[in-house]
Amino acid sequence: MLDQSYYKKADEVIEHYGRRAASLIPIMQDIQAEYRYLPGELLTYVASQIGVTEAKAYSVATFYENFSFEPKGKYIIKVCDGTACHVRKSMPVKEAMLKELGLSHKKHTTDDMLFTIETVSCLGACGLAPTCTVNDEVHPKMTPEKAIELLDGLRGESA
Amino acid sequence: MGTMTIDGRAVEFTDEKNVLTIIRKAGINIPTLCYQPELSTFGACRLCTVQDDKGKLFASCSEEPRDGMVIFTNTAKLRKYRKLIVELLLAAHCRDCTTCRDSGECKLQDLAHKMGVRDVRFQNYKEEHPIDMTSPSIVRDPNKCILCGNCVRVCEEIQSVGALGFAHRGTDAIVIPAFDKDIAATDCVNCGQCRVMCPTGAITIRSNRTDVWNVLGDDKLRVVAQIAPAVRVAVGDHFGLPHGKNSIGKIVNALHRLGFDEVYDTIYSADLTIMEESAEFLDRVANGGRLPLLTSCCPAWVKFVTDQYQEFVPNVSTCRSPQGMLSAVVKEYFRDPANAGDKKTVMVSIMPCTAKKAEALRPNSKTKGEQDTDYVLTTTELIRMIEEYGINLAELEPEEADSPFGIGSGGGVIFGVTGGVTEAVLRRLAPDEKPETIQTIAESGVRGYEGIKEFTVPYNGMDVNICVASGLANARTVMERVKNGEANYHLIEVMACPGGCVMGGGQPVKTRDKVKRTEGIFEADEKSAIKKSDANPLMDELYARLSHEQVHELLHNEFY
Repeated sequence: MLDQSYYKKADEVIEHYGRRAASLIPIMQDIQAEYRYLPGELLTYVASQIGVTEAKAYSVATFYENFSFEPKGKYIIKVCDGTACHVRKSMPVKEAMLKELGLSHKKHTTDDMLFTIETVSCLGACGLAPTCTVNDEVHPKMTPEKAIELLDGLRGESA
Repeated sequence: MGTMTIDGRAVEFTDEKNVLTIIRKAGINIPTLCYQPELSTFGACRLCTVQDDKGKLFASCSEEPRDGMVIFTNTAKLRKYRKLIVELLLAAHCRDCTTCRDSGECKLQDLAHKMGVRDVRFQNYKEEHPIDMTSPSIVRDPNKCILCGNCVRVCEEIQSVGALGFAHRGTDAIVIPAFDKDIAATDCVNCGQCRVMCPTGAITIRSNRTDVWNVLGDDKLRVVAQIAPAVRVAVGDHFGLPHGKNSIGKIVNALHRLGFDEVYDTIYSADLTIMEESAEFLDRVANGGRLPLLTSCCPAWVKFVTDQYQEFVPNVSTCRSPQGMLSAVVKEYFRDPANAGDKKTVMVSIMPCTAKKAEALRPNSKTKGEQDTDYVLTTTELIRMIEEYGINLAELEPEEADSPFGIGSGGGVIFGVTGGVTEAVLRRLAPDEKPETIQTIAESGVRGYEGIKEFTVPYNGMDVNICVASGLANARTVMERVKNGEANYHLIEVMACPGGCVMGGGQPVKTRDKVKRTEGIFEADEKSAIKKSDANPLMDELYARLSHEQVHELLHNEFY
């Protein structure tokens, strides 16, 4: 059960966009921006408030890669896999991080809620390929070794 | 309005909504998997693709008819494409056809056979998903889903329940309830319309055939059957009898052969329902009880109200459904040592409905701590059991249902169609059963295929406002009007399946002839000597036997 404050926040967002089916996506985006994820209970609540079925809302939420039902970690690491990064071997960078953190293609967030690893299509920093970001801070010319160092550094920072 | 050329023949059309309808009217049964006329057009399966005179290909379900169109439905190119579509669908589909619940009724299997698909060249890379067996009414097997969306649309558009939806994207796409919940944990009302619309074995009836064979083979049990009104008009055509023909006598014979000790008719307890519900209605009117009275025969509707209109639960009639009443009365009858013998009674009801399976398991479907109805078989399961036994229903001599629960009035028979319960109530309230009285009631506005029927009838100087709805989306429209004070009814009858029980979720799907089945019901009514439920001589006999407490205990529900 979510805290009452979540529903209050949802009510505010719903009021802002209007109780219409068409408001579903902007409402979900704002809620995700607030909590860094989309709590499932809130999705159900929003659906009932704007007159779409829960199944339809779930359908929309799972269609878009951007929405996540799982709380994300303190550090959200986006590994770029655009064309330039891909040919400069971005996937070994990601694999190294997944292995180091015990994550997989299905499990994106560590149990201690410190790290979330995601793949994105292009960060627009092709000259620095392969690249990744940690909470919007860009790290250029990555290698698997540098990736492990980066994780160690972040661990030290939060310890 | 206009004319088009289909495969070289001129075909006139009027207001058909798409080219597909015109092609089918012209006698060419072009294949489809995702098209259902009563649902919105989805255009996903592409099997109805046709070609015009410029060589352009388009899906005929999604094309508006235009005057002068020239269409080809069976060119070499189209046949090749259609066969490839079926092959690709099969490639991502569990192909254990012989053991599939839907074998013999599956449209995909049928198409593969018709198109001569003899080889599937592609490997199946789809992830395996667990089968959802949580519902007492339906089984969901996502591995057999072809993503046609029929179930999603019927649940949302016709039933306004929306228990199912598409989730994820691309090759991961799947039809599931929100958050991949068990279907039993959703607002699913068990109506089974998704199973009717599903072209494959992805949604099928949760069968109780084996359970029933097992009890039939046990000598220590007295196995009793009851047959619902709508079943009798949907069995015969499978055995070559005319569509919609009332085959009750032959069904009774078949059930006796299958090993049922007693075969009773649910129209008996439909009469009982009318006696009780009419009395309840008059009592509520006279004593200022909660109105409008909502009928309680349809378990999908009852679940819909309890899930979505909690505040109207006190409006639901306390009467048990005909299934519930008959099972309770029969079990009570055999509890009497004079009738019991040394056998334990097992009640099997044969219903057009998947939701009845859930109703039988409802906590309030019990008397003296015992479940009233032990097993529910749908019409579809009954047909399979008759075939399994190896008898041809068409050749059987008609037999009478057994006494003392084998007779019902015409009012009981018409429960099988939308408006039937209301019409039977009106007959009960009428002073006599002269043909003109019965005719006046029939013409009051209660009959017809419309989803919402509103009419007013006079009774004892009062205007009784009645609403009859079928299809839960229509029911929602009515309930919203009532909730907002826009409509003022005394009685609302709702059947969840559009057209009533004759179109129930447990009925055979190969021939879904609403008109013929409805006509079959009314023909059975015309042939019955008794029209009014209260004229059924067995009613007086039963009420003479039952104490006031027993009437309450056996015929009414304590709670929802």
